[in-house]
Parts: sequence; structure tokens; C-alpha cells
Amino acid sequence: MISLSRMGAIIKKEVRQLRRDRLTFGMVFGLPIIQILLFGYAINTDVRNLRAAVADQANTSLSREFVANIGATQVVKFVDQAETAEELEAMLRRGDISIGVFLPPDFDRRVIDQTRSAVHILVDGSDPTVLGVANQLRNVPVQFGFSAQRRPAELIETRAYYNPERRTPVNIVPGLMGVILMMTMMLFTAVAIVREKERGNLELLINTPVSSAELMVGKVTPYILIGLLQLGIILGVGRLLFDVPVRGSVLDLYIAGTAFIAAKLSLGLLISTAVRTQFQAMQMTVFILMPSILLSGFMFPFDGMPKVAQYIGEVLPTTHFIRLTRGIMLRDAPLLELTPDFLYLVGFTLVAMTVAALRFTKRLD
Amino acid sequence: MNSDYAIEARGLSKHFGELKAVDSLDLKVPRGQIYGFLGPNGSGKSTTIRMLCGLLTPTEGSATVLGTHIPGKARDLRPRIGYMTQKFSLFGDMTVLENLQFISEIYSYPKADRKDRIEELLVRYDLTEQRRQMAGTMSGGQKQRLALACAVLHKPNLLLLDEPTSAVDPQSRRDFWANLFRLAEGGTTIMVSTHYMDEAERCHRLAILDRGVKVADGTPQHLQATTGMHVVEVLAEDPYAAQAAIHDLPEVASVTQLGVRLRVLISERVDQPLRIVESALARAGVRAEATISSATLEDVFVAVTMGPEERAA
Repeated sequence: MISLSRMGAIIKKEVRQLRRDRLTFGMVFGLPIIQILLFGYAINTDVRNLRAAVADQANTSLSREFVANIGATQVVKFVDQAETAEELEAMLRRGDISIGVFLPPDFDRRVIDQTRSAVHILVDGSDPTVLGVANQLRNVPVQFGFSAQRRPAELIETRAYYNPERRTPVNIVPGLMGVILMMTMMLFTAVAIVREKERGNLELLINTPVSSAELMVGKVTPYILIGLLQLGIILGVGRLLFDVPVRGSVLDLYIAGTAFIAAKLSLGLLISTAVRTQFQAMQMTVFILMPSILLSGFMFPFDGMPKVAQYIGEVLPTTHFIRLTRGIMLRDAPLLELTPDFLYLVGFTLVAMTVAALRFTKRLD
Repeated sequence: MNSDYAIEARGLSKHFGELKAVDSLDLKVPRGQIYGFLGPNGSGKSTTIRMLCGLLTPTEGSATVLGTHIPGKARDLRPRIGYMTQKFSLFGDMTVLENLQFISEIYSYPKADRKDRIEELLVRYDLTEQRRQMAGTMSGGQKQRLALACAVLHKPNLLLLDEPTSAVDPQSRRDFWANLFRLAEGGTTIMVSTHYMDEAERCHRLAILDRGVKVADGTPQHLQATTGMHVVEVLAEDPYAAQAAIHDLPEVASVTQLGVRLRVLISERVDQPLRIVESALARAGVRAEATISSATLEDVFVAVTMGPEERAA
């Protein structure tokens, strides 16, 4: 029933038109690069160079070393000095600093004593991220001060655990892969059918012997290749600029990518059959885009979300794809261990594609 | 297939909500003829054509198109029907050649003959120089020729044309009709909708649609002979004054001005129509010359699309 040559005709036509549509063509390459640069450089959940001031009333060699060590983490940057805790509080109030470090005159004795705190860290708690950083900061140096005197070997171990070098891009890029592919793939196909409806091409097409399935598959196929190309761009840029590793198999990643691309393209087609104008198609795309970014585990840890949000997240293909990419890229997990997520994507594609082909009835009414 | 008619429709209706776009239409289109569909905008021409090629499902009624039952088996029909949409529907961002190639592939035209067929069409429809031009950048006449070439590429038995000449100049229209006659001679049945009288006159047969209802059908000659109206032509120096003098006469069904001439329609049941008009003109003191004339297709159109109360006059 399905004719490969008719499908081929549709594919050829799509590629031709795409090649001539400079804006879309530019989007194929431009969008992933711009996105990865934006997200890679701008979104940083690890905080650095927080403005800080120190009031060192002890002024011993140990206290000076301690202050220098805090500075060395690069989490804070000392911009000022103070004499008293009150001065630090004033600076904090004025917003000159986010963190104040107060060392009392008997700092050395307190460090050895262990029953009394040796350092007071004053934090602008209005930003929870800063508070988190400060907590982290508090742990490192106290342990350091203690260990420096008794067990210098443990010092290094502790530092490695907290990983002051921890970088966001490593976490972001695998997720970003899902987000970028989702945006472009869904948008391309969401407008694919309505555009022809608006231009009147569809009235011609549905009068030809081409079947709904041939038209749908023919329209989607060129974009699968484009999606895989984008995947390569994201991987390359992630590697080059942000040193994001691929610890697992690249082939696995591409197989997972193909499944995800197909799922998103089918969803786009489904949108395309449900709306009447390109503008509506855009709106629908954004409507799906938002939860996919927020609830897929891309922005927030999935397990930390409320149950309802998790249920919604489970439905979204992006959630499953991000699990696959993080697993393959960061944890060196083989695709075989991640089959449920992979199968979900395949199933989603089949269902969405079938519904799209059924909805597209080759009639105008 | 053994029927003499390419299209036979019985009680075909299409309702869009409250609107009856087409209302129980009966239609018989003989094979190998050019059948015209005349009617003002919104009279249901496009809707009927779309029902006949399976794009719209009739609300009521059915049709047999090339021996295939509609609604139902529209798919079997597609390879044998050519359809030219009202709006240019080919791909503007592909060249003339690419569009033709695409159509040949989508209709699975025999591979070995594709090239020859496309060349033949390029020559026939005078598009050889435009072969590498983007279809979207062509003139209205060129676009229309390309659309026709694409509609007939697969050699359909039936060609449905929805207001094909609404966007082209008179010369292109003449050439276009020459092409249609050539196709009809080759045995293709052609159904064409139009709101141009001169085009309607060229058809072998035609149906006049008004607000979804077929108000007349037959050959143009037959329609002109059976209007049920006398036609009085008035030649006046001051056509406005003449029109004012006769417009409100109870016997007059309608007055249409063509330059300095007035076409006056009076029911056949009225005796001595010429005298009625002449005396009205004389009473108003308008200098004019009135003669009995034979009905043109335009007169037919005016007569059949007027409301019943005007007709009764």
C-alpha cells in the first residue's frame, strides 16, 4: 500500500525547500550553537566570586592562612577588611558584601578546643544559593584548621569530596541536548503541515494519490538527519568549549538521539494536524516546551519535584531522553541498562505518528 | 464506466452549520465535453467541485464520478482526476521543472517516460524558458499554465478546474481556453467553474448556480432560447434618464446598463413589451430608441438569479 517512490518524492521536495529556506537552514546550525553558548556560560549553579569581607581579630599565622585558603577556593572574593563583627553586619546590610568572615581574637585556641566554634560566617541569606555556598564554606575551613594540626593526609580527601572546581556545563550539556533537539525538531514539523495548508499546497497534495502515511513519514525523514547533525554540533561544542566528556558509547548516544528525534518530530506533526495556522502551531509548541524545560529534570533535580510534577514529567519524552544522555555521557551506562526510557521514546513515536496519520484524513472538512 | 456521463450527481448537498452552501444539486456531465459552472461568488461552485473530487464529504446525496461512487472511494479516483485549485497551489520555492518532476513522481508516472512527458508539457504550455525559474516568481498567466500542466501531467480522464482564469489577463484566458478545447478533443471531460460570461459561452453545456441551488442548465443556446423573458434593448443619449423612466414599471423585471444601452427584461407573459417601454420613455420625455433583442447569456444569468417576486412581475 505504501509506495516508497511517492515517499521519496515528498522527502526530495522537503529537502529542496529546506535548502532554500535560509532562515530555517540557519536555525539548524545556529540554534544549537547559540543555545549551548548561552546555557554553558550564563547558567551557572556553582557560585563563584561572591563579594566578601573579613574581620580578623586574631591575626595569627593560622588565621591568616585560613583566610587565604578561603580565598583560594574562589567561591568568595575578599573586597574589604573590617575591624569588628558590627562593621561586617553593616556592610552586609548595605549590600556591599554577601558573606562576612569573623575571626575572634582567641581563634587559635578555639580551633584546638573543638567544643567552641572558631569562625563566624555572616551570610546574606536572602538568596538560598548563597546560603548553601556559605554552609559549604563553613565546613571546609574548620575541618582544614583541625586537620592541619593533626592529620594533614585527610585534608586532600575532604577537599576532593566538596569539589570546589565543580562545573555546571558538565551537568547542563547532556540535558541541553534534549532541550535544543526538542525546540528545533518540534517547531520544524509543527509548522510543516500548517504551512502547506496556509499556502494552499495541501489542497493540491491531498488530491494526489499520496497517502497520509507516505506524506507524514516523508516529511519527518529529512529532519531526523538534521536532528542527528545537531546532536553532533552540541557534542562537539560541548567537548571543545566546556570539556564535557562522553564516557559511554557514542553509538548508544546516537541511537537514543534518533529515538528522541523521532518522538519529537511525531509530536510536532500531531500538533500540525491539530492547528489551523502557523501561529497556533508556535503557541502549542511553546505550551509543550515550558514543562519540558522545567519538569524534565533539566533545570531541577527530578526527585526533588512534587509528585504531580513528576507524573507530568514522566509523560514528556524530554525527561526520558535527558535520563538517557546523562546516563550514557556522564555515568558510562550502556543503553541496554536504560531500556525503559528508550522504549518509552519508541512507543511515544509510534503512538503519536499513528494518531497524526489518522487525524490527517485527506479531507478539507 | 459504461455510462455516457463522467459525472452524475443526485441531490448533492453540503451544509456548513446553518449555511446551505450546496442544496440538493442534480448534475449530469457528459463525457468529453466542457461543462461550465456559472455563478456569483459564494454560490457553491467550489464546494461542489471539492465534493466531486472527494475533498469534502457531502452532507446529503451522492455522486458517481467516472463510475466511482462518492462519497466513499475517492482514493481510487485520484489517479484519474486532475484538479486545479482556485488559488495557486504549487510550490513557489521550487522551479517549474522541479514542480513538474514532483508531480510526476507523486502520480507514479512511468519512470522511463517522465522526461519526455515533462518536455512535452513544457512545450505545449509554453514554459520552456521558465523551466529553471522559481514558480513563485512567475506571472499570473505563467503560474496558471504551470498549474494546468501539473493537473494534466498524469493524463486524467476528468479535469476539475476551479475558477482557473480569475487571476489572468484576457489574452492568457483565450490561450487557456484553446488548451482546454484541445484537451476535450482528446477525450478529457472538463468541468470548469467561472463567473465570466464569455467563458461560460464557450462551454458545451453549463449549469447556473445561485446561492447553492442550480437555477438552470443546458447548452448556452438552449438557455438563451428559454429564458422566459422578452429582452428590449434601449439605446438612449441619456441612459440614466431612460433607466429612471422604465425601472419602476410593474412589468419590468430588471434593467441592466451596458454603456449607452439598456437591457430590459420583461416576462414572456406580458404582451407587447416594446410598446410598454416606448410609451414609458415617451411619457418621461426621454429620447431613446427601443428594439426587441434576443437573450444573451448575461440576460439568462440575470433572469435566473433574480428573486421570485421580481420574476413574477
